[in-house]
Amino acid sequence: MYEGVVQDLIDELGRLPGVGPKSAQRIAFHILQADPADVRRLTHVLAEVKDKVRFCTVCGNVAQAERCRVCQDPRRDPAVICVVEEPKDVVAIERTREFRGRYHILGGAISPIEGVGPDDLRIRELLARLADGTVTELILATDPNLEGEATATYLARMVKPMGLKVTRLASGLPVGGDLEYADEVTLGRAFEGRRLLDV
Amino acid sequence: MTLFRDDGIVLRTQKLGEADRIITLLTRRQGRVRAVARGIRRTKSKFGARLEPFSHVDVEFFARGGELIGRGLPLCTQVETITAYGSGIVTDYARYTAGTTMLETAERFTEHEGEPALQQYLLLVGGLRTLSGAEHDPRLVLDAFLLRSLAVNGYAPSFEACAQCGMPGPNRFFSVVSGGVVCGQCRVPGSVVPSAESLELLGALLAGDWERADSAEDRYCREGSGIVAAYLQWHLERGLRSLRFVENGAALNRSRL
Repeated sequence: MYEGVVQDLIDELGRLPGVGPKSAQRIAFHILQADPADVRRLTHVLAEVKDKVRFCTVCGNVAQAERCRVCQDPRRDPAVICVVEEPKDVVAIERTREFRGRYHILGGAISPIEGVGPDDLRIRELLARLADGTVTELILATDPNLEGEATATYLARMVKPMGLKVTRLASGLPVGGDLEYADEVTLGRAFEGRRLLDV
Repeated sequence: MTLFRDDGIVLRTQKLGEADRIITLLTRRQGRVRAVARGIRRTKSKFGARLEPFSHVDVEFFARGGELIGRGLPLCTQVETITAYGSGIVTDYARYTAGTTMLETAERFTEHEGEPALQQYLLLVGGLRTLSGAEHDPRLVLDAFLLRSLAVNGYAPSFEACAQCGMPGPNRFFSVVSGGVVCGQCRVPGSVVPSAESLELLGALLAGDWERADSAEDRYCREGSGIVAAYLQWHLERGLRSLRFVENGAALNRSRL
């Protein structure tokens, strides 16, 4: 046990995910030895993140204002919505620079075995966004695992009566891999979704 | 340092650390097994989609001690798909919810890891095959699976003869506590009086008489499902998490018809 505040710091750090008692101790001593300005910057950011960050009222992404940067941007196409599970999926898609529409974050995927059903996700908000008719295409970009597929199936069925175009991200072989190691499901999907080579 | 090989159905996957998962399988020889699949969440993982729930796979495990269960979790080293039932199940929401309930039930009935549960395993393989083949109503497949899981674990309900005195049926009263239908003399407080058609349906599901089960009317299916759910929850002592989503799915299907 260390004296007073040092032990308090170790205990607090130890509550972070993936940080055990030994790592907490190491981080605590790093902070003790660090430049006071660095530490001040860290405490400032920590305080700010709780005060300023909110969830976008439209898409549910993390935002600094009432609406996130994508939802505020008039250059983003409001007719296309890409549905993802988590905010980190938005970052992954933004990195591709392929998508110019807007997003909707569900906050997870339907997983009855974990007790997560359709009512626990932001599906009602999505349906409300689709109601006014500006959206013409819905891209379902949930994870390509079983829960993600089930969520996509559920959403596709829910929005079918609205008569808009519903698409699902393609799955297939990862670029830079070997065909030999592809599993049957993935390789089967790649065959299903093969495309014409126009030369 | 021993290698084990077995085939099994993936019941559940849980995230572990950065890119790993803990896979729970119901295997043919070792019963329920939990094992770590390293790096499975990376896009270039050698496992790919092989270890998704509902997959029937041939797995090689690496265990630290001489036994599969014991010193820490074993590792999955190689996986081959036997049948990926998931692709036929996930395309339909009712099938998906019924299927996850089957997986959860199988997990709950195999309480002890490493204890062989061959009958439960064969039942699950058969159930998933029927479900993904879309031969029957998902709710009926689920109820048949639940009834037969109860039966292989020693809790078979009686739908003909009285569960208490053995008086030949048909008997009118159903009591969860007594273990099935009971006669007028043996009935206990809290017994219900389901319709004769519902009891007949449940008997058909337990015996595997699909011709009779498929021709049952919707309202008897619903009543039968209620009885099965109550009976199952009584014997499992804790409710199944996924069961309430099945009812939602079924209700949605009905509202569309």
